[in-house]
Amino acid sequence: MGVSGLKRVVITGLGPVTPIGVGAQAFAQAQRAGKSGIATITRFDPAETGSKIAGEVNDDLSAFVDPREAKKLDRYVQLALAGAALAVQDSGLSEDELRGERTGTVIGSGIGGVKTFEDQAGVLHSRGPGRISPMFIPMMIANMATGHVAMRYGATGPSSTVVTACATGTGAIGDAARYIQLGLADVMIAGGSEAAITPIAIGGFSNMKALSTRNDEPELASRPFSATRDGFVLGEGAGVVVLEEYEHAVKRGATIYAEVVGYGTSADAHHITMPAPEGRGAQVAMRMALATAGVNPDQVGYINAHGTSTHFNDLHETQGIKHVFGDHAHKLAVSSTKSMTGHLLGAAGAVEAIAVAQALKDGVLPPTINLTDPDPALDLDYIPLEAREAQVEYALSNSFAFGGQNAALLFKKI
Amino acid sequence: MATFDDVKDVIVDKLGVDADKVSPEARFVEDLGADSLETVELIMGLEDKFGITISDEDAETIRTVQAAVDYIESKQ
Repeated sequence: MGVSGLKRVVITGLGPVTPIGVGAQAFAQAQRAGKSGIATITRFDPAETGSKIAGEVNDDLSAFVDPREAKKLDRYVQLALAGAALAVQDSGLSEDELRGERTGTVIGSGIGGVKTFEDQAGVLHSRGPGRISPMFIPMMIANMATGHVAMRYGATGPSSTVVTACATGTGAIGDAARYIQLGLADVMIAGGSEAAITPIAIGGFSNMKALSTRNDEPELASRPFSATRDGFVLGEGAGVVVLEEYEHAVKRGATIYAEVVGYGTSADAHHITMPAPEGRGAQVAMRMALATAGVNPDQVGYINAHGTSTHFNDLHETQGIKHVFGDHAHKLAVSSTKSMTGHLLGAAGAVEAIAVAQALKDGVLPPTINLTDPDPALDLDYIPLEAREAQVEYALSNSFAFGGQNAALLFKKI
Repeated sequence: MATFDDVKDVIVDKLGVDADKVSPEARFVEDLGADSLETVELIMGLEDKFGITISDEDAETIRTVQAAVDYIESKQ
């Protein structure tokens, strides 16, 4: 990541499992077409929840997870395994090359197995503690996606799990990159996964008044930076990437999507859900990402925003970008993947890292869809409605979490 | 035979094995690959299916499909 003495880290495999597309090609095409993955919830009857819309992944996952095995895995783990399988396949690394202590794993989740938790809490209340499944704990705990991915590939190298709510995916990739930088691994399978389209999670987010209630127009509901935005739309899915030490990737002739050159994290130390005024904490993370790479703000051409479509996020993120980038804030382009996918919580940052890697490699910046009525208070170039061809050298990806945790990754075109 | 078929259904469901592997002689751990957690799941599944309670001590002795069938029939 630029600082002398450290190894360089590149992305060589992409595994997006999203409401707008599963697999790198499908995801890239959907972004370019400005597709919305938001629809009325089918996973359960949403009659009694305030928000009745979400971004579901309804693709068949049986190619990645044996249906009989799947019964013992919370959906968030199944999505992570699908993302890992896609990323590994895309990287061209063989199972022999992955096995052993030079391959590590960091797969985060904002919540973990909330559906399993909800189901077993029902058993507890209806039938008592004696009937709780012995699989409850190993299905539910938030580090189990990492555990299963490591088991699947025999990856015995550095391993941890990031749980920083909506900043998880970005933090997981950043933390994983550091293991490679420090020479502790050649390959890291990294990303985030989330499967929270369940009554208890939708109900909880709804009652925080965090979710859009544009229930009659689901495809228009996730509208970051729009004057009529009314909250985020929950999505599910996973984003997994293969990170690889640069020389290791070059030696085997791997396709390199982008280099991970900078990473910053911070805490607002302000409020449980409200961002700090002017995006103060976000500024710290963005500046740290730039500083670790030795890159000046005016070298950055694109920012994949956290861009949730809530009033406060979009306002404070925009203010934070202006503080960090000054006049250059009006020259660079910003867009929100969440306008298409909804908010994948712990998977979001990883899916958005994939979007950035594709944008740098292919020279196409993804749009912010539904931005037909821009908020006059938000005056950056948000790439409204349509994807844009542009060659960008450096791109930043932001993720901000409940709890006030922030993370930012800086990527470089290779 | 009816008990055997019902026991087999529970085993297939809880252990995720092919039905044709579930013979009367099959041992849960050695032949059907059950780990310790799956063994607990299986016993709980049998309790639910047949409306019986199986003590931990009794569960220790139920190591094959036939042993499960015999135990259940002795309780009914």
